[in-house]
Amino acid sequence: MLLEMFQTLPQVLIDGLTLGAVYAVVALGYTMVYGILQLINFAHGEIFMTGAFIGTALFIMIMGWGSAIPQILLLIIVLVITASITGFIGVGMERIAYRPLRNAPRLIPLITAIGISFVLQDVIRFIAELTSGNYIVTGPSLFSENINLKTSAISSVFNDASFKTSFLIVLTVAILLMITLDFFVNRTKWGTAMRAVALDRETAALMSINVNKVISITFFIGSALGGATGVLFALQYGTIDPYIGFILGLKAFIAAVLGGIGNIRGAMLGGIMLGVMEMFAAANLSLLTGGIFGAEYKDVFAFAILILVLIFKPEGLLGKPTAEKV
Amino acid sequence: MDILEVTNLTKEFGGLTANKDVSMNVKEGSITAVIGPNGAGKTTFFNMITGVYQPTAGEIKLKGQSIVGLKPDEVAKKGISRTFQNIRLFGEMSVIENVLVGMHNHLKTSLFGIFLSLPNTKKEELQAEQEAYRLLEYFELSHLINEKANNLSYGAQRKLEIARALATQPKLILLDEPAAGMNPKETKELTDIIKRMGKEFGVTILLIEHDMKLVMELSEQIFVLDHGEKIAEGNPEAIRTNPKVIEAYLGSAAVQ
Repeated sequence: MLLEMFQTLPQVLIDGLTLGAVYAVVALGYTMVYGILQLINFAHGEIFMTGAFIGTALFIMIMGWGSAIPQILLLIIVLVITASITGFIGVGMERIAYRPLRNAPRLIPLITAIGISFVLQDVIRFIAELTSGNYIVTGPSLFSENINLKTSAISSVFNDASFKTSFLIVLTVAILLMITLDFFVNRTKWGTAMRAVALDRETAALMSINVNKVISITFFIGSALGGATGVLFALQYGTIDPYIGFILGLKAFIAAVLGGIGNIRGAMLGGIMLGVMEMFAAANLSLLTGGIFGAEYKDVFAFAILILVLIFKPEGLLGKPTAEKV
Repeated sequence: MDILEVTNLTKEFGGLTANKDVSMNVKEGSITAVIGPNGAGKTTFFNMITGVYQPTAGEIKLKGQSIVGLKPDEVAKKGISRTFQNIRLFGEMSVIENVLVGMHNHLKTSLFGIFLSLPNTKKEELQAEQEAYRLLEYFELSHLINEKANNLSYGAQRKLEIARALATQPKLILLDEPAAGMNPKETKELTDIIKRMGKEFGVTILLIEHDMKLVMELSEQIFVLDHGEKIAEGNPEAIRTNPKVIEAYLGSAAVQ
């Protein structure tokens, strides 16, 4: 049994890391907003979905011009445009729906967030059906060459692994996004301001930091990352619909909690872990349980691990335990 | 020349009047103290000057310009900075980062500069770090720059708060009980720093303090608040012998 698990390990790691990287980048959006506003922005999954749709539309549009743009250049253009658009959607969302509720009880903006989710889902569905007659959209196939990895050459216990080039693209772009964000938050003026606002909004304001601007920047970056990940998702899985944001957003949120909500590196770690666990479960569950549970129970497995972690470390893996103020 | 002119400032919280018709002028370059028994409305007064609270009535002018209605960050940009009665450092950030937050408004880096990592941006951030280091050296905290603010001793945290406030390059700095909880040696050290820093940083100092020794030694002018109203003003000698002040602190029996 162990041997069979080892055989699939290279493929599990490749698939898991890719999926995990997607979770991780989306989780960043949740965790940044939570860190600064203590708000769980449930509409973030829909920002991701919006990014997937905008990205797909751009791919179709630009490729429709017939010019032979190199795939990689096309990807960069689409990523930048999509990230900018979803970034501004995020800023607008905060401005219209969350800022007026800044001092309201916490439950109220949470309900608003769910409302925005529905609005975004239906607006996207409306536009998609209006333009293509169907809300399920299939994008062009890009980066679809297969790469075979001769992992059996490392050790005979491994099987060979294979993946599409797009896997590599998704992983690389996601990691680049995370490194850039980490640098931004820890090493720059606005990143420092962001952390200061997260720690103590009032004092930060008294130190001449424009809190509203910092919050807008946070929403812009979180939503831009979410939108860019949507593009990567569309690239990877081809077919998208307006409801993909729900389950993916939920999992990214769980990744953020797993890593310690409010903690940026925690979100990255939580995302990668969740992705790898899920893929591990998909490959091995039926093996481990003697066929009782199949691959379709992968989510149950991943969430069971989450529950276990939270029982023993409720603040998340990298979170700090907060003492109750008396 | 008065740097701060406060006229008939009033603040009501529901039925409670925290400050009533308080007027005071603070001379540029001076060290001025606001004293009064607990609950006299001193911190409320500071909170109105820094834009945390909006006054119910009255006027606050910094260098002749009204600052009523401005938000805290706008007031800070006009040149007023402060420390807090209960230390409010960014505890999870390092000592130097706390000072860098104070310098936020003076770093002109645009977001574009950051993402394109333009050479100017890098140069400026390096300069900022050097400046922060010099400021910490002044407060004898430079050996602690990478320490988390939470891990500092109480006295060091108080000093770091002042350093962070100075990093905003204020014209007027408000110190809310800077010596609270300090031992006599730390208080002595702090008194010396406050005395020097006014001149060396070209900043006017307005402080709230209960330590009368410190107040009498430092202040040129003292304002006394009691039950939200100004009951006296004058130099330390006049305040020391003012019967109203003695009454406020010790009760009317002490005066008779």
